[in-house]
Amino acid sequence: MEATIPVLILAIPLFMFLFLGLLGKFMSHKMAGILGTAGMGVTLLLAYFTAYVYFFSGTPEFVDAAGNRLQFVVFNVDWLQFYENLVIRLGFLLDPISAMMLVVITTISFMVHLYSNGYMRDHHGVYEHGFQRIYAFLALFSFSMLGLVVATNIFQMYIFWELVGASSYLLIGFYYVKPSAVSASKKAFIVTRFADLGFLIGILILSYYTGTFSFTDLTSVNVATDTFAVNLGTADHIKNIFANSAVPVFMGGSVLTWALVLIFMGGMGKSAMLPLHIWLPDAMEGPTPVSALIHAATMVVAGVYLVARLFPLYLMETTALEIITVVGAVTALYAAMVACTQLDIKRVLAFSTISQIAFMMVSLGVARPEFHEGLGYMASMFHLFTHAMFKALLFLCAGAIIHAVGSNDYTSMHGLRKHMPVTHITFLIGCLAIAGIIPFSGFFSKDEILSSCLGHGWVPYVWMSFVAGLTAFYMFRLYFLIFWWKEHKVPQGHHQPHDQAWPMTVPLVILAAITCVAGFIPFGKLVSWDGVSYDFMAHFDWSVASVSLLVAVVAILIAMKMYMKENPLPEKMRNALPALWTWCYHRFYWDELYMFITHKIIFNGICRPIAWFDRHIIDGTMDGFAYVTNKASYAIRGLQSGKIQMYVWVYLIGVLLLGLVTAICLL
Amino acid sequence: MFSNILIYFVVIPVIMLAGLALCRNIKQIRAVAVTGSLALTALSIYLLVDYLGLRAAGHTEQMLFTGAWDWFKPLHIQLAVGVDGISVAMLILSSIILLTGSFASWKINPLPKEFFLWLILLSTGVFGFFISIDLFTMFMFYEVALIPMYLLIGVWGSGNKNYSAMKLTLMLMGGSAFLMLGLIGIYYHSSANPETLTWNLLEISQNGAISKGWQYFLFPMTFVGFGVLGAMFPFHTWSPDGHASAPTAVSMLHAGVLMKLGGYGCFRVAIYLMPEAANDLAWIFLILTGISVVYGAFSACVQTDLKYINAYSSVSHCGLVLFAILMLNTTAMTGAIMQMLSHGLMTALFFALIGMIYGRTHTRDITKMGGLMKIMPFLAVCYVIAGMASLGLPGLSGFVAEMTIFVGSFEHADMFHRVFTIVACCSIVITAVYILRVVGKLLLGPVQDEHHLKLTDAEWWERTATVTLIISVAAIGCFPNFFADLIRWTFSSDIFSVIGMN
Repeated sequence: MEATIPVLILAIPLFMFLFLGLLGKFMSHKMAGILGTAGMGVTLLLAYFTAYVYFFSGTPEFVDAAGNRLQFVVFNVDWLQFYENLVIRLGFLLDPISAMMLVVITTISFMVHLYSNGYMRDHHGVYEHGFQRIYAFLALFSFSMLGLVVATNIFQMYIFWELVGASSYLLIGFYYVKPSAVSASKKAFIVTRFADLGFLIGILILSYYTGTFSFTDLTSVNVATDTFAVNLGTADHIKNIFANSAVPVFMGGSVLTWALVLIFMGGMGKSAMLPLHIWLPDAMEGPTPVSALIHAATMVVAGVYLVARLFPLYLMETTALEIITVVGAVTALYAAMVACTQLDIKRVLAFSTISQIAFMMVSLGVARPEFHEGLGYMASMFHLFTHAMFKALLFLCAGAIIHAVGSNDYTSMHGLRKHMPVTHITFLIGCLAIAGIIPFSGFFSKDEILSSCLGHGWVPYVWMSFVAGLTAFYMFRLYFLIFWWKEHKVPQGHHQPHDQAWPMTVPLVILAAITCVAGFIPFGKLVSWDGVSYDFMAHFDWSVASVSLLVAVVAILIAMKMYMKENPLPEKMRNALPALWTWCYHRFYWDELYMFITHKIIFNGICRPIAWFDRHIIDGTMDGFAYVTNKASYAIRGLQSGKIQMYVWVYLIGVLLLGLVTAICLL
Repeated sequence: MFSNILIYFVVIPVIMLAGLALCRNIKQIRAVAVTGSLALTALSIYLLVDYLGLRAAGHTEQMLFTGAWDWFKPLHIQLAVGVDGISVAMLILSSIILLTGSFASWKINPLPKEFFLWLILLSTGVFGFFISIDLFTMFMFYEVALIPMYLLIGVWGSGNKNYSAMKLTLMLMGGSAFLMLGLIGIYYHSSANPETLTWNLLEISQNGAISKGWQYFLFPMTFVGFGVLGAMFPFHTWSPDGHASAPTAVSMLHAGVLMKLGGYGCFRVAIYLMPEAANDLAWIFLILTGISVVYGAFSACVQTDLKYINAYSSVSHCGLVLFAILMLNTTAMTGAIMQMLSHGLMTALFFALIGMIYGRTHTRDITKMGGLMKIMPFLAVCYVIAGMASLGLPGLSGFVAEMTIFVGSFEHADMFHRVFTIVACCSIVITAVYILRVVGKLLLGPVQDEHHLKLTDAEWWERTATVTLIISVAAIGCFPNFFADLIRWTFSSDIFSVIGMN
């Protein structure tokens, strides 16, 4: 494949960022919006073309004679050399997951670009302050995210990982006059930075022992001979390096496991896994389209993508995978429980995102080549794809509702179904998909995840099924509270809420359509961990499917009973379990815990004492030297009084003393 | 003598001094300062091209453009010059910062002529230091660069300026005393034959005559001597006070270039001439610099004065420079020099911006300002970019330098180095904390003081200064291999084979 198109896929968003960032203020708002959207549109077409060529052209560089998909490095240029072999390169790697991610990112990004044309205006069509800025930042984000998924080596991924974090910082803090937005953006950056520290150390360990950053060297998957193993040469080689190193075991874990867990820590930060999840709910301070793009569909799945990218390495030491499973399972349950109690529509969606990403993590964690050809891996990627579509849809619907009502709070919504029919239907489709109702896309992907959990054991299966039920419950709680519950009351002086203009409605319809049909994509034929295509419907377990379907339907019915019509049942439930409700509502006090650690311990307990120590002890010592010197010179300056009598006295005493000493010595 | 291009790095500032002495008004002063510093920038870029050309043509000497002229025969003192990639990089850095510093002091008041005279004298010292390879002239230029600082802070400074000026000068002079002792010691052991003693760096390193016992004595002398200027813990306390009181251009030159003299000297003299002692004693200084890195960063988290924050951040970043130099391997040392470049540029940018903000709001206390993004968007955006460079955003210079350092440091597989490397890595998180704290308080949020609402954004000379620096920072960040190759060449020579490096 020629490098032109892949280069353009990265270059266009970067150019749009510089162009709109530097020259945006010299053009009209409308112009900036059109240019930004058009730029993303071209990128979308190029990315679709690339993905199409990769998956369907059948060119020998992408697919071998047996029909297995291969990794292909389109270009790879040296960027920074450390040693002869250890070089950071910037390149473009095409393989099933990167091609899939190209599609996901450009689709959602384009929808968000289009949608923002309508969202970033008020009801009178007046553009918001900083309209050009948001397009510049969106372009920067798209560039960084695309660079991340096509990375050919782990350091390139880290570079774009940081860039993604920075653009997320800029976008969360878009309304920079609002203190809450400023602190949310700061929190997001610092929490993910902390996680990236782990990622960085993991990279250092991994590259130190293996002497390479390159994904193709680290994880090359042999599809020609032995289907269900990592390229045996590579795997043995890497394992041997670690086993033969000076310190093969460190604090009870092998060094390879440590490296993998530390790298996963980076993923935990970006993907908001417990306990590094606290930034994501706050990140909802950003404009809603941004939340849809970054904090629902693309950036937050970077952690999943990272693990998937290094999956063959993780298979070498499955301890790390067990850790991923546990972290994912706990997070999934935690976030689902919290989502059941939140009042802010975007926060519910945020926690639901955390929970769904945890599903993907669990799926990767339980994936083993022995079980259904690594079904979990495929399921995770499948869920990533479908979730990106329906979660972006839900967020964009939420944006339309917020735009219409002017508030994030449920309590000011209620009964919107008559006022906003398009939004209502599309939101319902999103809810059905996330709840896992056939035939919407979420049903298929979630079912694959549950099947692979079952393949791993009963505990993860039951656990995750329960979480899936909770998901259906809280999503329909949200749905009924927004669109039903009671008739909508328009506050004095407000407009009737209504469906929004076409730039906002069209993306909803398109995403809803994708959500309806995406489940029928033969995903196993396209994406699998070792490139071997297979028909996952062959593994489709109808018993699992019917159970999960039953769970979802029951959960929806409960939600319907509780929230469709105004009734005292929710109040009663809350009073029945007050402690549980309070803990969920306050998100299990994680934020307070972090506040305590950062402010009380780190800020007041470390930073302040160090600053005091510096001023008073270290600097005090230096000043002390000066003081002593000063005092000493004052003390002895009396000797140089200039009085001749005194000099004579001193002279005489000196002579006497000297004489005395001489005399004593001579005697 | 004047056929050697390097001499002009001293000649041009001297001509500038003469020109300044003749100036009658502020316009002429500005013209001289800007023309002169542009000439220096052009010269340094020409030198870079020439240097690369010679290297490409297969010149593999340690230093190029060498020349030596006797100065004081009985003591073998020469004016000896020569450059390698590191010096070239430092010369470019110095000229860029002098140029932008001149723009930043466009409206210096009072006594503009005298201000520029001292500033250019300081730069003469800096340029002279980087081109010298004779220890004695090197030391002389070093002192020439330090002394004007006293007057520049004492006269044009702000706040508690007399105290700060005195403190800075005394502490650096204290370092110089160590250094002088070390240099004289090196001189007397520079050659096995007392007839051929020399101050010339290249000859000393070729002779390799300093016995191990003496190295143990002289290495700490020189390392601490230069380390004081490199803000090494616990000799860094001149930095916060000094920077806080210094006028804008002086802070820029001081943090941007003068502190680099410390790192450069540590490498060029202490480690280059005494590699065995460096290898054996590095651990002591690794502990000190490792402390510097996190200690400076933690201290910066609670400061409220913009300049104090930046001064402590400099302690942290310069600590990383010395830390990486002490790792004694090619990659880490390359990273150290890149960090010097990177820190020089971005900290100059920071101080320039702080000066510009201070010139408008008349306060540097971040609790008394807020929402400047709305009032002066240009300066605010530049500040955010500087902050991003400082916290290591890819595409800007800080990232590549830090990553090179970390990858290089990680090459040491023993527990001691590992632990300190990881401690140093932690600084990237703490840096993010204090940078974002400042950005959040100072630039974002609602406007705190309504008097600030009528303030204006940057003037053209301020824009020139900041944009030049930002472009330089981005150039290193986007094309790091160019700079890394330029620097790495020095380390790949066989000089370090003594300690089994590479």
